Amino acid sequence: MSGAEKIQVKVTEITPLNDLVTRFRFERVDGGQLPTFSGGAHTVVEMHDGPVTRLNPYSLMSDPFDQSSYTISVRRDDEGRGGSLFMHRQVNLGDEMTISYPVNLFSLDLRARKHLFLAGGIGITPFLAQIKQLDVLHGQWELHYACRNHALASYADDLTGRYPNETRLYYDDQNQAIDLKNLLSGQPLGTHVYVCGPKGMIDWVRNTAATEGWPADCIHYEEFLAPKPGKPFEVRLAQSDKVVHVGENESLLEAIEREGVDAPYLCRGGACGQCETVVLDHAGNFVHRDHWLTDEEKAAGKKIMPCVSRFEGKTLVLDR
Amino acid sequence: MSKFEFPKSIASRPVWGTLEVRPGEHHLIIAEAEGAQAVLDIATPGMMAVTHIIYIPRHTDHSARLRALNPAQFYEGPSYAAALQRIRRVLEDAHMGLQVYLTGTEGMMGQAMNEAMAVGIPHTAIQTEHRGAIGRRMQCVHCKGITEDVEVDPFVCAHCGLNLFVRDHYSRRLAAYQGVRVDAEDHGNVPEPRGIYE
Repeated sequence: MSGAEKIQVKVTEITPLNDLVTRFRFERVDGGQLPTFSGGAHTVVEMHDGPVTRLNPYSLMSDPFDQSSYTISVRRDDEGRGGSLFMHRQVNLGDEMTISYPVNLFSLDLRARKHLFLAGGIGITPFLAQIKQLDVLHGQWELHYACRNHALASYADDLTGRYPNETRLYYDDQNQAIDLKNLLSGQPLGTHVYVCGPKGMIDWVRNTAATEGWPADCIHYEEFLAPKPGKPFEVRLAQSDKVVHVGENESLLEAIEREGVDAPYLCRGGACGQCETVVLDHAGNFVHRDHWLTDEEKAAGKKIMPCVSRFEGKTLVLDR
Repeated sequence: MSKFEFPKSIASRPVWGTLEVRPGEHHLIIAEAEGAQAVLDIATPGMMAVTHIIYIPRHTDHSARLRALNPAQFYEGPSYAAALQRIRRVLEDAHMGLQVYLTGTEGMMGQAMNEAMAVGIPHTAIQTEHRGAIGRRMQCVHCKGITEDVEVDPFVCAHCGLNLFVRDHYSRRLAAYQGVRVDAEDHGNVPEPRGIYE
């Protein structure tokens, strides 16, 4: 099977935090210990929603050294494809679920002399684990956390209570915004910046840091793309000798898996590069949405990332 | 001779670049000898207004031309060792957004790169351009002594006196190439020294 190794877990705690976010605790079904992980890692949660199987990545937010359980926080997205709604409405205490081993595409660079965390909304979750990791390592860090309002600021009170000197909050409804340019230019040499939040925030931080002369290796970001719905299309899988219909609300990768073809994947969010697939033939246009392929590769039309990208046209043949 | 095309070699050998002005709040230029030419090639008034130049002439005289660029700060030191305290202090006080430019001999660039890396600048973000002398900073693998500005191969270790073969194997940590005894098996059988790139 593709993807990271699987772990059977039981839901042992469901904690609503506010109108949008609920926290889930997982413990191993066999009572054993879970692997340790590094701050910033995610797990892919399998959801069996009737005939549809969803595999959604969620950042692990618990203490990376705590092997008794993992916790994730899920923000309900009423407009999304249904993964978060499934977690909020159909997962009950005591349910058994399958999650993947932790995979980290947003790890701390431990060469940094200081870590500057910028979180937007639910983007706070990977930082919670990273902060716990830095507690043990006695790392230097500060957190700037922007949210819509105080009621939706998950974990804000915990953070300001425990780390009053390191945490700064910004509320949209009070017209507070991160003074990014100033914040960046005041950082000592050797600082690395990490951003997790909405796409607009990630782009803003990456562009501002680059303009301010920050080295690319000191700028880290994580943005999970949920596969977007799109027009249905057909794909021919040359190796498996199958023609697969990709529906409006499923991703190309999900359609391939539905037909029983074992395709590689890890993050399912266009970031890790694991699902890169060779295009043998096509007549039509690609809808590339990943962060993996370069602009030149996207223009060349020889590769596609089936976890988030789609196709519009007559023929698509993949080497799979 | 200001520019020299180093022959292609093993992956361990550093590949030096060509300086270009990058966006940044401040610029630190460390130039040695003919490296001044590389600075003159890229300097703009806008850049110089926020630039600190540390210059080590080593028997050349480009100081007047560099001063004429009107950098925010200019320091001239008689040697790298003499300039080192200042380099460390500047890096210690600097903030993110500092761009570092190194130009001159391989030995100077390698050592200054170590100083910049020690304060947390990724080596990939440090710009370099080789200019001037092609002598190498060599470490003797036997006595660990460093011999500067080695131009011939084999050469005699300035510390232990062994005859050393000049390898392309480079240590970023030491900012030096590796020198290995050339007559280890057959003492005294030392080839005639030739220029490293001849």
